[in-house]
Amino acid sequence: MTEFKGVMVCAEFVNGKMSPITMELLGIGRRLADDLGEELSALLIGKEAVPFSREAIAYGGERVYLVSNSPLDSYNSDAYTEAITNVCHQVNPSIVLLGQTDMGRDLAPRLAVRLGGGLAMDCIDLAIDPQTKLMLQTRPVFGGNAYAVMITPTARPQMATVRPKTMSSLERDDSRQGEVVPLEIGIESSMIKAEIIETVKEEVLGIKLEEAEIVVTGGRGIGSVEGFDILRELAGVLGGAVGATRAACDEGLTPATMQVGQTGKIVSPNLYIAVALSGAVQHLAGCSGSKHMVVINTDPDAYIFKVAEWGIVADYKTSLPPFLEKLKELSTQ
Amino acid sequence: MNIIVCIKQVPDPEIPPAKFRIDPEGKRVMPPEGVAPVTSVFDERAMEAALQLKDKYQAKVTAVTLGASAAKSAIRHALSIGADEGVHIQHEAAGELDSFETAFVLTKAIEKIGDYSLILCGRQAADWDAGQVGSLIAENLAIPVVTVARKVDLKDSKVRVESVMQDGYRVIEAPMPALVTVSSEIGLPRLPTGMGILKASRIKITNWNVQDIGAELQGVRRSQLLRLYIPVRETKCQIIEADTVAEAACELALCLRKAKII
Repeated sequence: MTEFKGVMVCAEFVNGKMSPITMELLGIGRRLADDLGEELSALLIGKEAVPFSREAIAYGGERVYLVSNSPLDSYNSDAYTEAITNVCHQVNPSIVLLGQTDMGRDLAPRLAVRLGGGLAMDCIDLAIDPQTKLMLQTRPVFGGNAYAVMITPTARPQMATVRPKTMSSLERDDSRQGEVVPLEIGIESSMIKAEIIETVKEEVLGIKLEEAEIVVTGGRGIGSVEGFDILRELAGVLGGAVGATRAACDEGLTPATMQVGQTGKIVSPNLYIAVALSGAVQHLAGCSGSKHMVVINTDPDAYIFKVAEWGIVADYKTSLPPFLEKLKELSTQ
Repeated sequence: MNIIVCIKQVPDPEIPPAKFRIDPEGKRVMPPEGVAPVTSVFDERAMEAALQLKDKYQAKVTAVTLGASAAKSAIRHALSIGADEGVHIQHEAAGELDSFETAFVLTKAIEKIGDYSLILCGRQAADWDAGQVGSLIAENLAIPVVTVARKVDLKDSKVRVESVMQDGYRVIEAPMPALVTVSSEIGLPRLPTGMGILKASRIKITNWNVQDIGAELQGVRRSQLLRLYIPVRETKCQIIEADTVAEAACELALCLRKAKII
């Protein structure tokens, strides 16, 4: 029987850099590996990855598997699934971690089938049970209303994707020691069935919702397309972005790309300003990671007040203009 | 062309969180009282994508669900908006299956249906949010999979998909049969018409159980739920009150400044 041992992290790169989720995966991977007394390895794929072997070690990896054959230079689901499956069959890690990102979301279930492992998606906490030594996988379910703690009792590897910004990375330490292992993985063109014809980047005006430190979100209660103007002005003054609830998008008040919630964008800003929205289950799923929340709503019984830090019971039309004026005044001081 | 759409009935995610209850013993979510279950949002979009293809190219659309007896209404709804056939795999304990078991049963059902060019699924279900089943079915059937579609079309003999990425999208083409998971960007699902409801009521829904399709569940499960709990959220909201709304608004701005948030 194969012995499965160690923790493996699948690294990602964006715009010529190691993406933050990779450092976060190495951070949590290091903790899990230490608790098990096993090794942490990082799998780096593609030409873009080659310069980052040392960096993966500096952030906690003890061994770096480097796969840089040319079919893997840019992302392709079939090729990456094949390559990672192949590496895992050589290394036999007991835990495999990916980011809950475009790539991780796409690959993880496919890998779980090929490897015979178990999988929990979008985890916000991972730990090793001291008795059983199994990985405890905590993930929000039912739009974040409940948390589920799952285990993979016998299937191996135990796999998880990790939500960005939920795990802390280690300080970069270039004195850490580790080994770089180049691997050759044969990818035959017949294995690639789904082909990427084109990659289109869409320019976002202003600050991206997911990256904004301040998000101002309006609900159905905004009532009109023009009603969102003052939210845009407020976001502009604060250097933030504007979001909307599903109800507001469905009624055509804003484009669907602005939707915050379970079926839209998931945001974790420093400040979330919720205006004229009640706080449905699916909406909270998209904003419950906000550090501070302010609510403006005419209904004092709206659920959203229960998860907020500050609130005003008032119509946004009468409360936002003086709020905006005061903010402008403060910003000049 | 035959299109199979997998749909799941879930508790309505638009309920206020106060109505959300779990059964602490059974690790189950209690259905909210007086609120009818709905078809999972992304599955509605998958159905919409199928109906758009049917409008454009003519296709037979078959809606498939795995669920307890109540889930039949999800199939009835799918038929009322334009699906041609419906299959209900009735399994009263469907809510307790893990993603691998669910995908296994659906795979068996799809194999029994047999003739298909395209399978559409929602990108994830609105209850457990696992986001696995579509890809698992594709891997089980060894067919190509494209995830998180904002547009699904045909080109020559291939399916052409715009797959959503954080900063844009990819155009991906895959030979059929293929499976595509669909996201909300595809557009709002259509509503049933009176005529559609009437037509749907005349269609006989195929009813199978797991034995009928040879889905022996022994040994398929991979995940175990240890604990389900409602996270404690701090509820110490400070309601700012003042003589006028304008004063309260200014006070709020000052609070945020004092807390160094702005």
